[in-house]
Amino acid sequence: MVLKKPARSASKNRHYLSGNEAAAEGAIAAGCRFYAGYPITPSSEIMERMAVRLAETGGVFIQMEDELASICSVLGASWAGAKAMTATSGPGFSLMQEAIGYAAFTETPCVIIDVQRAGPCTGQATRVGSGDIMQAKWGSHGDYQVIALSPWSCQEMFGLTVRAFNLSERYRVPVMVMADEAVGHLRETVVLPSKVEVWNRKKQKGGAPFGTEEEDGVPPMPAFGEGERLSVTGSTHDAYGYRKTDDPEAHARLVQRINRKILRNTNAIAETEDYFLEDSEVVVIAYGFTARSGLYTVKTLRKDRMKVGLLRLKTLWPFPEDAVRNLGETVKRVVIPEMNLGQVAGEVRKYCRCDVIPIGQVNGEIIPPERIEETLRRVRS
Amino acid sequence: MTRAMEKYLRPGVKGTPFCPGCGHGILMGLILRAIDDLKMDMKKMVFVSGIGCAAWIPSPHFDGDTLHTLHGRALAFATGVKLFNPDLCVMVVSGDGDLSSIGGNHLIHAARRNIDLKVICANNMIYGMTGGQVASTTPKGARTATTGEGNPHRPFNLSRLVEAAGASYVARYSVTQPVALINAIKKAIRHQGFSFIEALSPCPTQYGRRNRLDRADEMIRDLMGRCILEEEAEGLSEAELAEKIITGELHPCRT
Repeated sequence: MVLKKPARSASKNRHYLSGNEAAAEGAIAAGCRFYAGYPITPSSEIMERMAVRLAETGGVFIQMEDELASICSVLGASWAGAKAMTATSGPGFSLMQEAIGYAAFTETPCVIIDVQRAGPCTGQATRVGSGDIMQAKWGSHGDYQVIALSPWSCQEMFGLTVRAFNLSERYRVPVMVMADEAVGHLRETVVLPSKVEVWNRKKQKGGAPFGTEEEDGVPPMPAFGEGERLSVTGSTHDAYGYRKTDDPEAHARLVQRINRKILRNTNAIAETEDYFLEDSEVVVIAYGFTARSGLYTVKTLRKDRMKVGLLRLKTLWPFPEDAVRNLGETVKRVVIPEMNLGQVAGEVRKYCRCDVIPIGQVNGEIIPPERIEETLRRVRS
Repeated sequence: MTRAMEKYLRPGVKGTPFCPGCGHGILMGLILRAIDDLKMDMKKMVFVSGIGCAAWIPSPHFDGDTLHTLHGRALAFATGVKLFNPDLCVMVVSGDGDLSSIGGNHLIHAARRNIDLKVICANNMIYGMTGGQVASTTPKGARTATTGEGNPHRPFNLSRLVEAAGASYVARYSVTQPVALINAIKKAIRHQGFSFIEALSPCPTQYGRRNRLDRADEMIRDLMGRCILEEEAEGLSEAELAEKIITGELHPCRT
């Protein structure tokens, strides 16, 4: 695929891309060389671009028979040594949940981009929503952790997809880019750097691939065919992959470690962005496309000398609890606009002692700044 | 399984998990004999399995790379492994319920793509691990934990299904035909394309005891009597054929 010619010759790396196209470019830049997927609105442009870009870069692309097969072949390719990805939307994301649990338990790196649409069920396929936030965290059975990132621009669809691969390789965990229809279909100028920082999974000959001395460590991960004679299983296993289906200690040790390796690194993983927080009394907490409405509102009200600010969550899981807790100590109220019925608002309540005011909207449309402005003016008075 | 094959077993793995009289132990030995005859490099072999008794044939026993996956999804995982690293010899060993019921969609699509996967389906015609419930391969009329009055539905003819979907080598043999089965597995390993071996395997524990074949030797004898070659089937009436299982290279390959 020939990228569109840049508008100005002085900036060769600038391209006018949709969020979905930018995410595909991020994957390629991060070293993704395997993609398996199944068509679903509003994520299909990612798959279409990956089909072209992987052909150009010597990678493997395959359109599978369904989303179950898509995520499972991604996990197979990951064990064959690939950086691998799939993209989908709500219904497909639901189908992938069992395999996401498998990826977490077998510590298989993979990236899943969920371009969220209005759910539940088939809902409104072409309309926006962000109702999959809790599913990203809790969708599969049992106790496990994932990492979930939330882009608000086409540039971040690129950058956070790169980061998703790096985190996935570093922590051996499924990483989700929780995009939404609005950011996926948005078109903006995106700077594609000639080089990005890339992290590759650690290998160690003869090392235990499923256990570490530390109770929160990340073991090395060899690939199939390297002579390590790997035993990979979704049943409870010991450090070398032997099934331990009736050993209480082995089970507790493994489940605790796959949780601790993420939760104890929350501060290294979770990213937020502050706007006008120094003197704010009321703060909007927002993520994804909705944070754009949040920032616009806050800037508008600042012109009226209102002490309002914005905390933008770039990472949703592990939840940036320190940033939210600290905010709760200093402000009177937080307002949380989101395209669901309060999924993140409920999480914020766990850590904030101040008033938490959700603005839940589930009409398949973005939350307009006016709606946030109206709420901010009302709660301030 | 003979001791000569123990060199292919993962160190530290003791015994097999199979019930007395189960055919899966025989099949395990036959797969290893085929690998031994062809002098395959175990470092370049990946064994992928799903969930169920048959999935434990390779995992963790075989001393290559083993990938024990989710119920029904072995072929999808195997597709990812093979496509990303075509130098690996990828063999899928799993059961009839895993491959053809919960994983049925992946089975027909993997066959359609004709990707070079060697699939060995251990068909015991029942869900063994979960306690003997009816499967998509259980013969009509057979009693199971969920069909006490006899299975009211027809079973899949698995080999014909996979052949119709596009597999380029298909063979069906029982573990009571060990030499033919070893040769078929060897052909599958050498064949560059989707190969499917339906290996009939007796389950006296869950199937036999509900169908007047309690003892392992009774089940083996029953299978031996019912498995006939294609040429033997010619001229038999429909009623006679109903009791028989046609074995052989149902879709031969050129290699």
